[in-house]
Amino acid sequence: MTEAPAAPLRRTPLHDVHVGLGARMVPFAGYEMPVQYDSIIDEHRTVRSAVGLFDLSHMGEIEVLGDEAVDFLRHALVSDPAALDVGQAQYSMACAADGGIVDDLIVYRLGHRRLLVVCNASNRAAVMDHLAALLERGDFGAEIDDRSDVTALVAPQGPAAASLLAGLTDVDLDTLGNYRAAEGTVAGIDCLVARTGYTGEDGFELFCDAGRAPEVWATVAAAGEAHGLRPCGLGARDTLRLEAGMPLYGNELDRDTNPFEVNLGRVVKLDKGDFVGRAPLQAVQRDGPRRKLIGLQMVDNAIPRSGYEVRAGGRAVGSVTSGTLSPTLGTKIAMAKVDPETAGVGNAFEVVVRDRPYRAEQVKLPFYRRQRD
Amino acid sequence: MAYPDDLAYSKEHEWVRVDGSRATIGITSFAADELGDIVFVELPEVGASLSQFGTFGVVESVKAVSDLYAPVSGEVMDVNEALRTAPELLNSDPFGEGWIAKVELADATEVDSLMDATAYAAETA
Repeated sequence: MTEAPAAPLRRTPLHDVHVGLGARMVPFAGYEMPVQYDSIIDEHRTVRSAVGLFDLSHMGEIEVLGDEAVDFLRHALVSDPAALDVGQAQYSMACAADGGIVDDLIVYRLGHRRLLVVCNASNRAAVMDHLAALLERGDFGAEIDDRSDVTALVAPQGPAAASLLAGLTDVDLDTLGNYRAAEGTVAGIDCLVARTGYTGEDGFELFCDAGRAPEVWATVAAAGEAHGLRPCGLGARDTLRLEAGMPLYGNELDRDTNPFEVNLGRVVKLDKGDFVGRAPLQAVQRDGPRRKLIGLQMVDNAIPRSGYEVRAGGRAVGSVTSGTLSPTLGTKIAMAKVDPETAGVGNAFEVVVRDRPYRAEQVKLPFYRRQRD
Repeated sequence: MAYPDDLAYSKEHEWVRVDGSRATIGITSFAADELGDIVFVELPEVGASLSQFGTFGVVESVKAVSDLYAPVSGEVMDVNEALRTAPELLNSDPFGEGWIAKVELADATEVDSLMDATAYAAETA
């Protein structure tokens, strides 16, 4: 039986730049993306010590507009976007009617009646469907516009990102705090400058028209040379976020997981009023989640990987959701979902690697936290 | 790319250096480059019996776990303990300091079924 040909991979506006830099390109969420340019470990360390530059143009950007845009998103998401000032952002999730996570995302309030939802590339269609279905059912004075295909995202991340960007933008970075965003220019090009990221370091996400992305990248990269800038791919993006204890949709988060199982109960504002998934989430908060996400550090010498069985007291109690060798810490770390009764910092576990159990210990999350001044 | 011409090469990117009845085995620079930063090696046990083209260990990069396939059959006489604490030797010196194991060959003619340096270079071009 012949298989239908796979849909061709999409490319970001920076595809040729990556190839020119010698990146190893891999399929990711239907796009051809750079997984590494040189060494994942070197790229990772550069973000922690200087500044790394990421192309995140594959991600989804959905504008929500209208007199009832905020109210609409209050119903669509678990967080409370009404708490946002203009220029402020919040981490959130869209949950389905059964409380399962459709996607994790960031909502930026760009105006009184204008918000931007930035979601995972792999869930863009699911988030649009979730929003569109609610819009149709409800009676909200709002509209949604998927701008992903015309929007690029260039992200300088690391302790040197602010000094690098300060010289290129008309946005006052001294007053742009964490999880804040402002519309301005970078290298004279219109950009939404957001102080958000997925690395555990200070950093910025620069949203611009897709056609201007090569200029934004080139300008930031050139100015970055003096700061030790390196282009960084999805490989380093994953090790960075894992060290920082940040969940990844598809690993820690999925349709069968609710926020309370993954330490994200604080994002759910049950008292704000009705929203999709409220009743089941209220029940989980009342009864306690059936699984708990914990951090593990290996005691024995083996690398824990997604899907490996986790044991406590010799019996299976869960599985690894993400694992790696931590480039910053030098230890072998993992996040795992386990029976909540077994969880406790300092508790002993075992991770089964190639049919053999290796000892691990629960540690506090996050594994790494940056120095704040 | 010119590979050392005193070695024999398997399709799975392992190399063999024959020395009488013994052989040293490892992975090639091509394999190491494909893997990227190698962060972990699971070595065979001394005394273990390897079968040509069967798995005999694991090498892990940051992102992936890869099986090692024995290029020849034989009994493991020695393993490179240095790889336990310095797996990156496989990246920096895969044909030298990054050797993986030394075996007593079960059948010296097996090496004839492997590629020479020229053929391996053509395979990996």
